[in-house]
Amino acid sequence: MKRIITATVQNRGGVLNRITGMLNKRQFNIESITVGASEIEGISKMTFVVHISDEQKLEQLTKQLNKQIDVIKVSDITDKAIVARELALIKVGSSGQLRAEIQGIISPFRASIIDVSKDSLSVQVTGKPEKIDALISLLRPYGIKELARTGVTAFLRGQQPRQVTDIQTVYTI
Amino acid sequence: MKGEAEQTTQAVKEVYTGSELLIELLVEENVDIIFGYPGGAVLPLYDALYRSNAPFRHILSRHEQGGIHAAEGYARVTGKPGVVFATSGPGATNLVTGITDAMMDSLPLVIFTGQVSNQVIGTDAFQESDVMGITMPITKYNYQVNDARDLPRIVKEAFHIANTGRPGPVVIDIPKNISESIVYEPGSTTFDLQGYQPTEKPNPLQIVKLGSALSRSQRPLILAGAGVVFANAAAELTQFATMYGVPVVNTLQGLGSFPEENELSLGMGGMHGSYAANMAIQECDLLINVGARFDDRLTGNLKQFAPKAKVAHIDIDPAEIGKNVPTDIPVVADAKEALQALLEINIDKPDTTVWRNKVKENQTAYPYWYEKPSEYLSPQWLMEQIHQRTDGNAIVTTDVGQHQMWAAQYYKFSRPNRWVTSGGLGTMGFGFPAAIGAQLGKPDELVVAIVGDGGFQMTLQELSVVKQHALPIKVIIVNNEVLGMVRQWQESFYEERYSSSLLTANPDFVKLAESYGIRGIRAENEADADRALAEIFASDEAVVADFRVAWREKVNPMVAPGKALHEMLGVKK
Ligand SMILES: Cc1ncc(C[n+]2csc(CCOP(=O)(O)OP(=O)(O)O)c2C)c(N)n1
Repeated sequence: MKRIITATVQNRGGVLNRITGMLNKRQFNIESITVGASEIEGISKMTFVVHISDEQKLEQLTKQLNKQIDVIKVSDITDKAIVARELALIKVGSSGQLRAEIQGIISPFRASIIDVSKDSLSVQVTGKPEKIDALISLLRPYGIKELARTGVTAFLRGQQPRQVTDIQTVYTI
Repeated sequence: MKGEAEQTTQAVKEVYTGSELLIELLVEENVDIIFGYPGGAVLPLYDALYRSNAPFRHILSRHEQGGIHAAEGYARVTGKPGVVFATSGPGATNLVTGITDAMMDSLPLVIFTGQVSNQVIGTDAFQESDVMGITMPITKYNYQVNDARDLPRIVKEAFHIANTGRPGPVVIDIPKNISESIVYEPGSTTFDLQGYQPTEKPNPLQIVKLGSALSRSQRPLILAGAGVVFANAAAELTQFATMYGVPVVNTLQGLGSFPEENELSLGMGGMHGSYAANMAIQECDLLINVGARFDDRLTGNLKQFAPKAKVAHIDIDPAEIGKNVPTDIPVVADAKEALQALLEINIDKPDTTVWRNKVKENQTAYPYWYEKPSEYLSPQWLMEQIHQRTDGNAIVTTDVGQHQMWAAQYYKFSRPNRWVTSGGLGTMGFGFPAAIGAQLGKPDELVVAIVGDGGFQMTLQELSVVKQHALPIKVIIVNNEVLGMVRQWQESFYEERYSSSLLTANPDFVKLAESYGIRGIRAENEADADRALAEIFASDEAVVADFRVAWREKVNPMVAPGKALHEMLGVKK
């Protein structure tokens, strides 16, 4: 199963290394990791998209993340009301004539052309990963010269149907 | 400082360097011994040590691995963090085995490594190694100091992290320019580790759950691990077990947490544990794990482990709960706090008489056994002798191999913190230097190092330290002229193909000891051994004793790899 897990971490030297090292050592299969500043100085937010075989592995993952000294809080937000977004830059081969056609394809995705050259153009798109997947497959016939995706970053929506439980409290009871 | 040569101190404190600050901080942490080895990147530190009159000693090991194993032995018996100094590059990499060993066995260490100067880090400078990268996966936490003013906080944090929660090793890597730099205003020691708040008090609801599971149980069993020892909870454990009539199995590292002479004790469980202990695990209907981590050498085949049991697990490290064995009643807590909480609530006492009788029957019918060979000394007999002649009161360290298992089986412990062995990593070369640390930590206690002739040769250079500091350690070499445990497996599972396991060119251990200025004794038969043992334990000096034992002896009984605990081999003669 695919899970989206966020972690709030103290922004100390090597924190990303520590976490990726642990994930690698314990054989967790990570699809993507994003890291960046949070609303609090010195605190970063990480989002992991992981493939996990079963509940026990999932519990181990959250526990091992929590065990890291720099990790303040871990939440599995997969089943919550969340906003999850990814950004992708897609460079497609394109002569001048095709530009309008491509524009037509990308506009329903609210993507935009951010760079144009003689024989290529670059598209920027943000959204849920599935949306990005869809756009990529539509653009594939034009020849994708380069693709860069950021991985998903996510957090909870302001309004939740029910209370969110963070993992720390789950396993102390 | 009182050190190698009792240097005279001259209080010349014109300037205050990072190194001097560090030494002050170590004094504040009540450090009494540093295990270390100098080199280029720690010259400033060693110079500050020389000039300081701090109330601690520096013990110069003869190899960094020896130093760090000594620090582990010290930590094991004192409960205080072992402190280690080493230089950059090879000094630091020589520590890797010890750091990993401490990580696996949860021993608190604070390790200071020198590093090349900041300006050249990353240039493959002379004796540069990526200590942060190398030690990240084998430490509880690690630091590189970028500003000497941070030292007060970092040192405070490091000692805190090393010796709270589940203990472990912490590395502080200090670039040479930082230890040389002049500190005008050291920062404060206050720290805020939001992400590190070990849960010590158990959740009362879980305690009640455990209590009611116990009252409904007919065949309860306690599995007591090193967590009980670290938490200083042996008294509470004994009280709890006796109050409710619950038999106790110890893990290898948990030996001493429950008195083996107590009638509820089933001794050690696991690969070379007692038949009674392993059968109790397989038969129990409630398994209360207190501070053990369900290591594979304990559980055997996981799929068939404790098949009839509801599992309760008390551990300070939440990540251990449910890691290997699905757990019905998790209790995240310090073992002492959890046991105290259990002692405070009312639990209807289960009637365990039938169960206890059954377990006892196994114990009487299937004790550890051995046959005394006529020609050679029996290693098991030797262990029994050591136990007898020390009244079970010695601090015993072991190396890794057959002798370790025999020591675990035949040296019965009635008190905690007297058993020092490398369990998780199974590090050959651990036992002898660990005894040095144990003896330095407990100068008034009898320390016996039980080692194999293979493993002893991995770190025997530390005999210099024994001599230099006149440590009255008794080194018992269980000399079978083979890598015994390897040979045993080759005999049992590889049709006696003794590939590289015969030690055909051993040194003369007696002469070897003598060349270090230490008394050496050899014993080839029981009469010799009687005399030797009498002399060893009458002596107030160090002795290295070469006991020639039967090389064909095997450790019995055994759970073969991949097998379940009830499928033990060699249960009876
Ligand atoms: C550093 C290290 N290398 C290899 C091993 C694998 N190993 C485990 S037991 C053993 C044999 C130990 O022989 P010895 O020290 O003579 O003790 P004995 O088993 O004979 O009592 C070996 C090689 C190990 N545990 N540690």
